[in-house]
Amino acid sequence: MEIRKGVAVSPGIAIARAMVIDSRDYRIPRRSILPSQRGREVQRVHEAFDRAVSQLIALEQAQAGRENQIKDIFAVHVRFLHDDSFRRRITEFVEAELVTAEYAVSTILREIASHFAGIDDEYISERAADIYDIERRLLTQLLGEVRQEVEHLKEQVVIVAHELTPTQTAGFNKTFVKGFATEAGGRTSHTAIVARSLGLPAVVALEDVTSSLTSESIVIIDGNRGVVIIDPDAQTLEEYQNYARELTRFEVELSSIRDKPAVTRDGVEIELLGNIEFPNEAVMAKEKGGVGIGLYRTEFLYLYSGTEPAEEDHYEAYAEVSRHFEGRPIVIRTMDLGADKLPYAARHMGESNPVLGLRSIRYCLQNLTMFKTQLRAILRASVLGDIRVMFPLIGNLQELRQAKMILRDVMEDLDEYAVPYNPDIKVGIMIETPSAALTAALLASDCNFFSIGTNDLIQYTLAVDRGNEHVATLYSAADPAIFNLLRSVIHDANKARIGLSVCGEVAGDPEYIMLLLGMGVRTLSLAPPMIPEIKQIVRSVTIKECNHLARKVGTMDSQRQIKNFLRDAATRIIPEAF
Amino acid sequence: MSEPVYEIEVEIRNVEGLHMRPAMQFVDTASRFDSEIQVYNDETSVDAKSIMQMTMLAATCGTKLRIKAVGDDAEQAIEALRHLVEVKMFDETPARQGDTGIMDGRL
Repeated sequence: MEIRKGVAVSPGIAIARAMVIDSRDYRIPRRSILPSQRGREVQRVHEAFDRAVSQLIALEQAQAGRENQIKDIFAVHVRFLHDDSFRRRITEFVEAELVTAEYAVSTILREIASHFAGIDDEYISERAADIYDIERRLLTQLLGEVRQEVEHLKEQVVIVAHELTPTQTAGFNKTFVKGFATEAGGRTSHTAIVARSLGLPAVVALEDVTSSLTSESIVIIDGNRGVVIIDPDAQTLEEYQNYARELTRFEVELSSIRDKPAVTRDGVEIELLGNIEFPNEAVMAKEKGGVGIGLYRTEFLYLYSGTEPAEEDHYEAYAEVSRHFEGRPIVIRTMDLGADKLPYAARHMGESNPVLGLRSIRYCLQNLTMFKTQLRAILRASVLGDIRVMFPLIGNLQELRQAKMILRDVMEDLDEYAVPYNPDIKVGIMIETPSAALTAALLASDCNFFSIGTNDLIQYTLAVDRGNEHVATLYSAADPAIFNLLRSVIHDANKARIGLSVCGEVAGDPEYIMLLLGMGVRTLSLAPPMIPEIKQIVRSVTIKECNHLARKVGTMDSQRQIKNFLRDAATRIIPEAF
Repeated sequence: MSEPVYEIEVEIRNVEGLHMRPAMQFVDTASRFDSEIQVYNDETSVDAKSIMQMTMLAATCGTKLRIKAVGDDAEQAIEALRHLVEVKMFDETPARQGDTGIMDGRL
């Protein structure tokens, strides 16, 4: 049994055999096979060779009549594939080491290539390129076969891969695919999107997880905790099967509170909004009982087309969401990517510290054409409903004023062409840097609402990258420093009588709800699948007891103490969630 | 009755050495014969009919190779390979222009 921690991007539990999809673009990890699978794996090698030969002969014939180097190259590659001693070296490796055909092909060919690369003669050393070419051709055959298999599944599996591409996921037989786990990727990765849209659990950022699997491995994907368990022992398996059953039962139970209001036992109404990434997620946000969108991330527009999105691309994406939430708040956050993530930001040079670099609002303020395109689309959409605009990563009043000035410029442009928009559109900012939190009173005077982005606020305040396993345990919302910052931001927002919501992960974490309510938060924006559970908590507590709890937390001096206290309190309120 | 054995030493003279295409020609030529053919580069010996092994010999320009053939057509095999390496030089450029004395050889 092996437990791997990753990033949860789509909730739920899946337990099934792992189907590993390697990529020829990444190093093929060493993966074992059972002795009984030797014959089949050797057969796969032979088949890959034979298919590669047919493919090469066809390519060679296409060059017929021409005397050229390309033809020679194909001819050489065919000789390699016909070379018995070469093929034997691979099949013997499979049999002796009990590894997959993919790993054997990749290892042996790389051995040969590095032999060439090490020879001090440019003509010979360049030959490594030919070897890599043969490697790719063989892997294409082997991986193509796996793809076929995924398209014609007959039993339930979970897909484990380095990263999945749209072409791969499009071919999956979705009746049998029960979950995803990938080595690469983040919340906005293709895997995350597909999983969420299919309602399947997914965990990403699992480093080299594919190397821990055999073709017989059973895998548990826990999309709630961001954990993947490989070959669980009997006890763990049983625990998870019970947990999965419990969750299903709990979900059914929760669906009955969908139409009930999110009101505390002492009558205080709490606004529960959805965080969404894609327009079609608005449907789920509504189904789960969200009364609006508190965070509409727009990064997908910049990441998926490969080119800068046009105004119409933005507009259509915003209009689609507004159709689901007529008259309800929809907070559109402007582009929040780092320059390092933008595929077409060519002039951008490598940054040594992108998290503290040119990103988000900073990038927008330096690329006004792009920024204005998005603002124009948001303004045009503002007549469709209660559309609001939110600027991320604001670090000081100057930046907020600059962003607002550009918004006014765009309004003037629209006036000139008599394009309708809502001139009183609400303008808000994310509070996610310590500098913004500490100057919240100043910022509050110049905007209509705050949304506290706890993820970045914690990262910047505690100076911890939670993606770094060596320090990840230091990352916690239950830190006295975070408590003090939140308390002062909430105080400043209430004093200035502006809107306030929390849209970071804590807003969807059952353990933190009582604390947030006790600190004065009345609007939460969270991942749609968590809305029913959070509503259940809201409906089970009184503001009075939440206030009491928050005061108590204010006297605590460590993460551990706060964490345990919050957990105990939440468990008493809604034991099913833990 | 023991089979005929022929042996010869040749020098690689084309600039690019025994890279992919020459290796292919060498292997193709060797494969026309039934004899077992081994190629020696110092301590290393490889099967003349395996392109993988031949290319891994990494014989650069100036390398001296020993070729040994065992079998009924061993003599013809050795002669064909010598011709390919030293006379035709794999249809490629020799290392030193004008040094034709070697090319004319003993045909």
